[in-house]
Amino acid sequence: MDGTSLGWWGVPIAVLGGAIRVSTPFLFVSLGECLTEKSGRINLGLEGILVMGAMAGYGISYLTGSPWLGVLVAGFAGLLLGLLHGTVCSLPRVNDIAVGIGLMLFGTGFAFFLGKPFVQPKAPTLPALHLGDWASSPQIQAALQINVLFIIGLILALAMSWAFRNTRWGLVVRMVGDSADAARAMGYQVNLVRVLSTAVGGFLAGVGGSFLSLYYPGSWNEGLSSGQGLMAVALVIFARWRPLHCFYAALLFGGASALGPALQSVGVSSGYYLFNATPYVLTLGIMIATCSPRRNLAGAPGELSVTR
Amino acid sequence: MSSSAVLPVTGTRPAAFPSDRLRRAAEAIVIPVGALLVAMIVFGAFMSMIGKDPLEVYALIYKGAFSSGFAWQNTLQRAAPLILTALCVALPAQTGLILIGGEGALVLGGLAAAVIGHALSGGSPMTVKIGMAMAAMFVGGGWIALAGALRHYRGVNETISSLLLTYIAIALFNHFVEGPLRDPASLNKPSTMPIGDANMVGHIPGMDVHWGLVYGIAFCIVAYVLVRHTVHGFALRIVGGNVRAAKLAGLPVGILILVSCFLGGAAAGLAGMAEVAAVHGSANASLIAGYGYAGILVSFIARHNPLAILPVATLLGGIAASGGMLQRRLDLPDATVLVLEGIAFMVILASETLYGRFRMFQPRET
Repeated sequence: MDGTSLGWWGVPIAVLGGAIRVSTPFLFVSLGECLTEKSGRINLGLEGILVMGAMAGYGISYLTGSPWLGVLVAGFAGLLLGLLHGTVCSLPRVNDIAVGIGLMLFGTGFAFFLGKPFVQPKAPTLPALHLGDWASSPQIQAALQINVLFIIGLILALAMSWAFRNTRWGLVVRMVGDSADAARAMGYQVNLVRVLSTAVGGFLAGVGGSFLSLYYPGSWNEGLSSGQGLMAVALVIFARWRPLHCFYAALLFGGASALGPALQSVGVSSGYYLFNATPYVLTLGIMIATCSPRRNLAGAPGELSVTR
Repeated sequence: MSSSAVLPVTGTRPAAFPSDRLRRAAEAIVIPVGALLVAMIVFGAFMSMIGKDPLEVYALIYKGAFSSGFAWQNTLQRAAPLILTALCVALPAQTGLILIGGEGALVLGGLAAAVIGHALSGGSPMTVKIGMAMAAMFVGGGWIALAGALRHYRGVNETISSLLLTYIAIALFNHFVEGPLRDPASLNKPSTMPIGDANMVGHIPGMDVHWGLVYGIAFCIVAYVLVRHTVHGFALRIVGGNVRAAKLAGLPVGILILVSCFLGGAAAGLAGMAEVAAVHGSANASLIAGYGYAGILVSFIARHNPLAILPVATLLGGIAASGGMLQRRLDLPDATVLVLEGIAFMVILASETLYGRFRMFQPRET
């Protein structure tokens, strides 16, 4: 993107465009992690699921010619890995954090192994909606190229937000996450709910991964993910376990990572990496400001091991 | 699931008889080895599914990792940073903290070593080496102690904060290496100013393995003695077992947490120093190689026992070292070793559930 013709105005437009483009994987991964954490478990392995989803989506799209089938298969690959995490963590005395890190290694390793043949070929990718065609400026047109997955993610965030409050399933997940004892007393199977939540969370993370390989950057290679899966954990805390806030947080994280390149295009080249780190500093700052040794983080599920 | 569930059961109940201690030791060996065998069967099945002979694969892994002096050196070279980053998890774990920030302590420790190494490069090599090690351990230790302090004084979860701190550390590292501290002569690969050949710590005499391995082994032994055979280590484990009991006993909980975090971070920082002063000669992006994350798994598999870290890290280093051999001989992708590691970790972590389940390993009631 050429920001020089617009001068400094290019910066906010590039950040907006970057936020929309980069935030979609963040959005899906964080919604998945939000669901898993609401049920009282933490899945640090979403990074592995993301990479697996990226590989599976790209591979299927290449083999069948249908990128949407690729998205679906990516989701199911994520579902299987989520199921694995959920089942192993249901065994007594198994630590969910350690299993998450194991899954991260397993998922990325498996994806690299199976994805070797797909590094070279070019697979059909997802189309974009050109919402910016009314504008004369090519910058604005580029910034408003929106992928359907972004819109699906927004709808999903709204739907999850509503479902956590208003549906039986949402309430069961929240109850299991807040008090396993209460859930048991009500006759719900705590582990089953958590396994399903982790599996569905894995599905969403897999879809997020397919966005990476099928839309932006839009190819499959081993350096594709830059840690979006791990960041999801920070993002969910930043969003205080509220799905709609995950959407805002994903936009913010995406915008922050677009800020560096945008500033570079108008000649500000120092501090590139420091801008990239702003979301983490913000998240840490919010945790420091709101935590106290005497009580839980506000909004955190009571059973979540990392907030106790 | 509370964090204390992953701590070794050994020591929470004193073994009354030598035979009881023996049973527990047998349990700690039989379960992981059994899990490893299961993992090998699963991986073997996967290999035969894609049409490779699993026995041939394992023979090659053994050959590439442990069959010759050359293979051993390759293995140990890869194990060295893992030993130190595993300690970054194992030491704070004694006080019940799960820290996953070793990667950040490693890169910042390496950066500090490179800066000090260049600043002191006029001095005698011994001064420079000691200065680099001290700087790396101080910075790495301080970084991890920060996560411990946030936990103790502000109640911020240490797992999350250490993960965030890792990202911040990597951003700071990249900022300094590509910005203010960049050596103008490093064109394609931004690096800091070289520390100079005279100041490199080099290899262990007679071996092609750098001194980082010796640092790691020494650190593990010191950590083991500290944790298992001193009053201070006992105090750490009381904090890990039950914070309220430790407070009631009048132990300085905050200081113990900070010390355990500082020591762990110092180990990871030292790993960064070894990478800079024995391998690369300056700080550059090669330091961000995932040693910190691999160390987390080493520590969990070793059940946070500093001595058990040594064989586990060696095994892991061996698997990684055999990757090239599998690639050349069987035309397997280089990610094959990652798949094997991933399967092994998942099975071994799942086997955690078996501890205390077998009658024959339990102490006899008298």
